[in-house]
Amino acid sequence: MRFMMMVIPKGYESAAPDAVPSAQAAAKMMQYNKALQKAGVLLALDGLFPPSTGARISYAGGKAKVTDGPFPEAKEVIGGYWIIQVRSREEAIEWAKRAPMSDNEVIEVRQIHEMPDFPEDVQKRLKNSSTGTP
Amino acid sequence: MRDVHKTIEAVWKIESTRLIAAIARVTRDIGVAEELAQDALITALELWPEEGIPENPGAWLMKAAKRRAIDSLRRSRLLVQKHEEIARELQVQQQRLGEAMDQALDQVIDDDVLRLIFTACHPVLAVEGRVALTLRLIGGLTTAEIARAFLVPEKTIGQRIFRAKKTLSEAHVTFETARGDELRRRVKSVLSVVYLIFNEGYTATSGEEWMRAALCDEALRLGRMLVQLLPGESEVHALLALMELNASRTAARRGSNGEAVLLPDQDRSLWDDAQIQRGTTSLEHAQRLGGEVNYYALQAAIAACHMRARTAEETDWERIVLLYDALMQVSPSPIVALNRAVAVGMAQGPAAGLDALDAIATPTADSALAGYHLLHSVRGDLLMKMGRFPEARAEIERAIDMTQNLREQELLTERLKQIEKAAPST
Repeated sequence: MRFMMMVIPKGYESAAPDAVPSAQAAAKMMQYNKALQKAGVLLALDGLFPPSTGARISYAGGKAKVTDGPFPEAKEVIGGYWIIQVRSREEAIEWAKRAPMSDNEVIEVRQIHEMPDFPEDVQKRLKNSSTGTP
Repeated sequence: MRDVHKTIEAVWKIESTRLIAAIARVTRDIGVAEELAQDALITALELWPEEGIPENPGAWLMKAAKRRAIDSLRRSRLLVQKHEEIARELQVQQQRLGEAMDQALDQVIDDDVLRLIFTACHPVLAVEGRVALTLRLIGGLTTAEIARAFLVPEKTIGQRIFRAKKTLSEAHVTFETARGDELRRRVKSVLSVVYLIFNEGYTATSGEEWMRAALCDEALRLGRMLVQLLPGESEVHALLALMELNASRTAARRGSNGEAVLLPDQDRSLWDDAQIQRGTTSLEHAQRLGGEVNYYALQAAIAACHMRARTAEETDWERIVLLYDALMQVSPSPIVALNRAVAVGMAQGPAAGLDALDAIATPTADSALAGYHLLHSVRGDLLMKMGRFPEARAEIERAIDMTQNLREQELLTERLKQIEKAAPST
């Protein structure tokens, strides 16, 4: 089963567009990433630019409305993520516990949907909808 | 909702390989190392539910294993002799052992893990012993889990592991890193064990669905580990590529009613693009390392050909024939020849395919393909395409008789219906 580990750094919602981690934090992170790789569990990872460089698109009334960042009303924003393949939810949590995080960071662990996780009727719909594509 | 036993299990799956590898560096015997690690796990299972999970569970387990090692050293020495001089020497030995184990965990080096894998896949062991030992020592699977995956009684797996450890110790297999030609030979054995685990999950047609998926995932995880440990070995990257590319089709291999769907009929939009991407990257890596005409690299290249085609009709069969030709050079086998004949049939027409098939397999009673249902189903397919319907029907019927596999029988029966439909009603 696959999990996404999302890093939620406090204050990142208002971080400057050019904010980057310190060399020391980056080095620790590299070490952790290497450990995930050596254990064969790492599928993907990325760090994200601060929300001040992003945009939010909302869809009230079926109409897409764009708001440029930063988003002062946001309490939590994502700073980056790992996707790992592990054997249980507990294992994902154990890996998250080993991450080199600082006092003001949180990691949220969420399982990724796989085809067999969907109810049968949804699976059928997903499988049938795309037959006959050119 | 968090169960402390499940957490301990998870900690074990993360830590056990490095723990056993580190202990084995000191004990030079993976059987002993595993027992010490298991003892440490039992201690953890007793204490952690009460005291909570320690901050650094890996170091905790190592310390517990160290205590057990020192204890057993004392016991074994006291049994032999009781001299005062010996007692003093024992103390020195205990201290040395303790220091060695402290040091071992401080710097579990990748070589330790690699040595552990090489030892578990040692050519002196029976193949089933290698598989069981690998899943147990490097996969962190319990005997019960391995038994469920292979649909055999737990006792059988327990015996396989016991026998394998005994063989290693009787053959005085040292916990050393292989070099040069020996390294190549040992890598080959490791890769075949990992691929066998993958295929057990990928092609098995009975057993629990999730357990089969677990075997594929475990093989992929082992493949990714090996790439980190042996980054310069082309075939290591190639095997990972092959497994990723094959696994990327998983969602498309079952129809909406659970029936098997063969590659040409698969809904390609269900293939996992991210996984195809990973597989392709690994294959490119293998090729850059100069191994493009090796066993796994060629198979991965064939898989990549299929994955590149957005529809079955776009498949570059000419290239696939060339890749099979190369595969016949490095690793000729009746199965490869059969697959080559299928490719020839697609690239050059069914008559050419039939010629290729006849060239390899005049099915004598003792040929490797005798009794192999796919030979007849392929022949039946080619004959059908050539409009030789009665012969095609006979071949497919023979294939149905020869396979025990229900899903295969379903597919073949479906094929039979197609022949009935295509054949002019006479």
